Amino acid sequence: MIPVSIILVLVFSAIFAQNLTSHDPERAGSLDDNEIAPMWQSTGSSKFILGTDHLGRDVLARIIYGTRISLLVGVVVLVLSGAMGTIIGIMSGYFGGNVDEALMRLVDITLAVPFILVALVVAVILGNSLNIVVVLLVMFFWTGFARQIRAETLQLKTTDYVAFARSSGASNVRIMYKHILPGVFSTFLVIATLTVGTVILTESILTFLGVGVPGPTPTWGAMISDGRNYLTTGWWMAFFPGIAILLTVLAFNFLGDWLRDELDPKLRQLTQ
Amino acid sequence: MGKYIARRLAYSVIVFLVTSLVVFGLSRAAGDPRHIFLTEYTSQEDWDAWGEEYGLDRPFIIQYGIWVGNAVRGDFGTSLRDHVNARLVIQERIPATLQLTVGSFIIAIVVGLPLGVMSAIKRGTIFDYVGRSWALLGQALPPYWLGVMMVLLFAVMLNWLPSGRKGDWTHYVLPAVTLGWGAASGMLRLTRSAMLEVLDSEYIKMARAKGVGNNWIIWKHALRNAIIAPLTFSGLLLGGLMTGTVITETVFSWPGLGRLAVQAVYNNDFPVLTGVVLLVTFIYLSVNLLTDVLYALVDPRIRLN
Repeated sequence: MIPVSIILVLVFSAIFAQNLTSHDPERAGSLDDNEIAPMWQSTGSSKFILGTDHLGRDVLARIIYGTRISLLVGVVVLVLSGAMGTIIGIMSGYFGGNVDEALMRLVDITLAVPFILVALVVAVILGNSLNIVVVLLVMFFWTGFARQIRAETLQLKTTDYVAFARSSGASNVRIMYKHILPGVFSTFLVIATLTVGTVILTESILTFLGVGVPGPTPTWGAMISDGRNYLTTGWWMAFFPGIAILLTVLAFNFLGDWLRDELDPKLRQLTQ
Repeated sequence: MGKYIARRLAYSVIVFLVTSLVVFGLSRAAGDPRHIFLTEYTSQEDWDAWGEEYGLDRPFIIQYGIWVGNAVRGDFGTSLRDHVNARLVIQERIPATLQLTVGSFIIAIVVGLPLGVMSAIKRGTIFDYVGRSWALLGQALPPYWLGVMMVLLFAVMLNWLPSGRKGDWTHYVLPAVTLGWGAASGMLRLTRSAMLEVLDSEYIKMARAKGVGNNWIIWKHALRNAIIAPLTFSGLLLGGLMTGTVITETVFSWPGLGRLAVQAVYNNDFPVLTGVVLLVTFIYLSVNLLTDVLYALVDPRIRLN
């Protein structure tokens, strides 16, 4: 229940950010507002609940607006990498043979590439932007879907209803679309939920390294990156965005574990 | 066995070539490298001479061949910032990264393995809760944030440990723990589930039925069979830690390869960056290959499959 409420709060914050805070998350505040402590500290102000950063921007407002990028990246990457992984996984499992061999080697190769280093190279060449971050993450995260859904397809392929469909003359595309795809949906849902947290975490790592979403867009990774230069004078700048990431990732992981146990107990061993 | 090793080797070579091809393709997509040297005094003859010297007038795939050939011999091109061969810049940084990697590897083994075993054999006790919480946090904690928070606590507030840079042993503690934390939690999870699975097996029940002592069962029968998965994982871990250093070294201003790569990004120092990527990919793949071979030696089921 707690994980679901955390996720609901996140979605709510992302949608209604303007209504939740009156502070501008991007524009620097007046000089007097720089590095104000959280309100419960003696130097704090009730105007800024979690304090302000080195440019006088409200930390809470930036965290609230930051949910937008995190959730946006999480959802878009999941939809794209999920679609890619599902198609590849079903084809791999359904056709078998050389197709399977080629696609699964592609998965192995993708997993063997040092992801963060390649991301650095891409950032040098193409610059950093939200689109590039999404493409990079999709190129990496489809593999998890492909592997699990292939395994699931291998089982579904041997079922009687697939054999019936085939003997009554259904085409391969029709069988994959009508009979296999619905069967792998619960697997898809479990993997997607278990992956969201990691996607959000990885986006924040790229942003922290300076190759993710560029400023002044408020992102949790960038807030920690900025805040670490002010640890001696303002611990809150780096502390609170980290808590936001931690809670978000934990919430999605718990939800994913729960979904897995509910929908698909046999996945338990596969994903551990 | 020979055939198995040959197949894994061929596969590693393919991955290396693919990675290098991607990196090279990206570097060419960035534009003609001659532009870097271009000044207002450059004549058309100079331009063509450079083209001939670096093979830029040849087809893409030949250029790639020349580049990889040079890289394998340790010639990564001239660093745009330091104006010496990138190899020299990179060489200098290798020891710091290796020391950090080994340090965190030891932490991962020393913490992850025993805690994994304990949380499996003492289910529902304090060991189990500590182990499982650690594993959970290891997955969800942003590694860079963990590093920053440890600096805040141990360097800024308590003033016990230095906040970064290389020096005596105290300088190793925070970076090694930061890098080793996630690795330890992975090791713990794997050991725990392998151990639980083995303890549930028929031959352990058989041993118990025969009246073998509990300690003997755990350490002699169960652990020996459960250790295979963590063993393989430790190979992957060593490779993963190499790339994890990018984050940790950035947080702690650690003078290693990872920080060099990030600095190269800011300086647009392409030869250095590609050099680091190729070197780390090479080490990563070598370690994986070695692990696969070791794994096959330990577990005959793998090589017969």
